[in-house]
Amino acid sequence: MIEIKINGDPHKIKNGLSLDILLQNLKLDPSKVAVERNLEIVPKTTYQNVMILENDRLEIVHFIGGGVS
Amino acid sequence: MTSQTNDTFNVAGKDFSSRLIVGTGKYKNFEETARAVESSGAEIVTVAIRRVNVMDPKQPMLVDYLDPKKYTYLPNTAGCFTADDAIRTLRLAREAGGWNLVKLEVLGDQKTLYPDMIETLHAAEVLIKENFDVMVYCSDDPIMAKRLEDLGCCAIMPLGAPIGSGLGIQNPVQIRLIIEQSHVPILVDAGVGTASDAAVAMELGCDGVLMNTAIAEAKDPIGMARAMKLAVEAGRAAYLSGRMPKKLYADPSSPLAGLM
Repeated sequence: MIEIKINGDPHKIKNGLSLDILLQNLKLDPSKVAVERNLEIVPKTTYQNVMILENDRLEIVHFIGGGVS
Repeated sequence: MTSQTNDTFNVAGKDFSSRLIVGTGKYKNFEETARAVESSGAEIVTVAIRRVNVMDPKQPMLVDYLDPKKYTYLPNTAGCFTADDAIRTLRLAREAGGWNLVKLEVLGDQKTLYPDMIETLHAAEVLIKENFDVMVYCSDDPIMAKRLEDLGCCAIMPLGAPIGSGLGIQNPVQIRLIIEQSHVPILVDAGVGTASDAAVAMELGCDGVLMNTAIAEAKDPIGMARAMKLAVEAGRAAYLSGRMPKKLYADPSSPLAGLM
């Protein structure tokens, strides 16, 4: 197990997971979210190849209702 | 009327027939959001980008109610107070949605939500270099508007009054100056409270109006969305038709010849 942060909260996950498997485990549809890893955008096309490492900080975001502030 | 039926406005290479852009915040739920947007006739909707709730991934998502294939999503940076935050948010938005058209707003003050123009200019410059199409929320200063246009912003969107205030168009002179000097679409981005305010903005010659609170916080948001649609259309038609000159004294409408 390794410890990472997702949206600011600590999570323990299995070692050796790729980002697309992590999203699957979290039951998130990759087409509806965007991911930032250690402050860098992860292009959707590379989710399979990006391995999650100890102490990674992930931000997973999506669109919500919002307008003029 | 034929000249007005094909009256579209073009932003970032795409034609839109509705000149009303609506925000999707502050509604009771996604059903109400979807019905209000439908009723407004808007083709562009602004959306915010926020953290997913990873503890509850089954929560409904906006994209399930407003089809991004039917509506043009305009990701905005509401809530950002620095250029860096705004840039980071829009890079994520581009990755989430896959489109380049965005709304930039960098706020300077919690109380007035006035734009911080120095940060806004800085963010616009970076984003345009990264090939974003930037519609920009800004102050009503014509010099700032010109700077933003020169940087390459695809639409300039000055406030008509503070965000969420519903005070109506407080600055018709400044808005008009910006319209006259600009070669990109000008939209009033904040301040509209009711239908007549939207009509005033359009009669000034704006290319469009962006609003959220005026619809979402009306007693009947669906009814107000329709009112705004009609007001924007009416204001536009009045602008294109050219109003009569104002006169100091009366001028009878019925001919005087043949009076008994």
